[in-house]
Amino acid sequence: MIETLKVTKRYGSSVVVDDVSITLPASGITAIIGPNGAGKSTLLSMIARLLPMSEGRVLVDGLDVSLTPSDRLAQRLSILRQDNHIAARLTVSDLVAFGRYPYSKGRPTVRDRDHIQRAISYLALDDLADRFLDELSGGQRQRAFVAMVLCQDTDYVLLDEPLNHLDIKHAVAMMGMLRKAVDELRKTMVLVLHDINFASCYADHIVAMKDGRVVHQGGPDEIMAPEVLRGVYDVDIEVETINGRRIGLYYR
Amino acid sequence: MPDIKRPTPVRLLIGLTALAVLCVVLFMTLNARGRWDFVLPFRGAKVAAMIAVAYAIAVSTVLFQTVTCNRILTPSIMGFDSLFLLLQTCLVFFTGATISSDLSPQLQFGVNVGLMVVFSGLLFSWLFTGANRSIHLLVLAGIVFGMMFRSLSSFMGRLLDPDAFTIVTDAMFASFNSIDTTLLAASLVIIGGSAVVVWRLTHLCDVLALGRETAISLGVNHRRAVMMILSLVAILVSVSTALVGPVTFFGLMVANLAYLLVGRHEHRFLVPVAVLLAVISLVGGQLILERVFAFDSALSIIIEFIGGLVFIILLVRGSTR
Repeated sequence: MIETLKVTKRYGSSVVVDDVSITLPASGITAIIGPNGAGKSTLLSMIARLLPMSEGRVLVDGLDVSLTPSDRLAQRLSILRQDNHIAARLTVSDLVAFGRYPYSKGRPTVRDRDHIQRAISYLALDDLADRFLDELSGGQRQRAFVAMVLCQDTDYVLLDEPLNHLDIKHAVAMMGMLRKAVDELRKTMVLVLHDINFASCYADHIVAMKDGRVVHQGGPDEIMAPEVLRGVYDVDIEVETINGRRIGLYYR
Repeated sequence: MPDIKRPTPVRLLIGLTALAVLCVVLFMTLNARGRWDFVLPFRGAKVAAMIAVAYAIAVSTVLFQTVTCNRILTPSIMGFDSLFLLLQTCLVFFTGATISSDLSPQLQFGVNVGLMVVFSGLLFSWLFTGANRSIHLLVLAGIVFGMMFRSLSSFMGRLLDPDAFTIVTDAMFASFNSIDTTLLAASLVIIGGSAVVVWRLTHLCDVLALGRETAISLGVNHRRAVMMILSLVAILVSVSTALVGPVTFFGLMVANLAYLLVGRHEHRFLVPVAVLLAVISLVGGQLILERVFAFDSALSIIIEFIGGLVFIILLVRGSTR
């Protein structure tokens, strides 16, 4: 379980995340949605100790993230940010192997190699395993980074816009893979998503943010309602039920 | 599917080691006139100093580029060696040259290194431990720092009496010909110690090269790791600056050549390859200039010329991130 207690982030006088107290249940997919500048990524970064908070505390399974040693936390929680640029020249399998660093500190064991191989196969990267990252397309690179995070084998996985750079096919495959990892391996995923329909179709729990505050949270059925979405995005969004799934129509 | 034909890292290491040994042996023996028991210790001290400088510059540059996640900035571009010179000038200025020369040089050097670690920690930690900063801001900060330190030390130099002034100016220009060998033993001890530390840090460096956020996610205490490596860089820069003076672009050149030749990310290959390349270019370059062309004191100019070209090419090619 991830709890944030009165978490606030200020830059000078502007408040980016404003007094957020939420509890994210263990196991399942939680999607954080909201317009640009709502503070979604900032909140995610603070949960993952990448960014110091101005006020408040974050507890992961009861461990305070700003007090717990980083290497201990790295065996429970992993995060992938949006733009990952690496100056060093790495192959896909080199990158995925870094996911074992919290356990092996750079000296992988046979068990680590199994993990690496499994993560590569999980994201269908077997054919690309020996390619260098700078030779891959944006989508392939994104999958390689997700493979590294999965290889870290943590209970909690935070992904900031994991569908970035992915075409429809790979976006669907990625969400299906994340769903599978949650169902089979009992993981807890927290995703920042821009596409509310992906959130509706795959998430168990949706948190809607606006202006640094959490304005709504609940199951897809509660959030995917025209009056709720209007409040979040300031746009009229029709919601239809297609094959039992609630789909928002906002294109025109 | 190898894009460029690269030797395996192990073969590369063996080849470069052989070349470096060859350079050293030739430097020690070529054109030796006179008694061997004079020539060998005389040239040996010079070679040892050059190897120490090569090691210090190569390792400090590679580590610095790793923690800052870029391949253009080097400690000297960021003004580390100007800071060392400024501290040295301050020491002479505030204690007076006479006291300064009464003090044992090793002790002075020790004080200087200590100050260097403290001040560079204060100055540079805020630039590199927090959020990612743009490369342009860093280059600008480096230029401003470097200019400020240099003009401060030359200003203080003007206020000194002529005797003290000669002591200070002596240190301000790079020369591979008049290496200050009084600090050689101390430098070699420092370098031996740092080599052990660096060897233990290679895996950590591999992770740091992934960037701050990924490193933290993988459980690295980023702030502490960066501070530790910056201190190490400060110590190594002190060694090279004390021995030969400031050299701006040499580190940039050998580090980038090492990345190109190794073509992989592992620091256990990158660091030794960079060191060997530095040894080969310093000892080999000095050998050619001194023994073949009979030039004196021109190596630093040539190195800076080639290194400066490399810097411009890297900037223009836009590998600025």
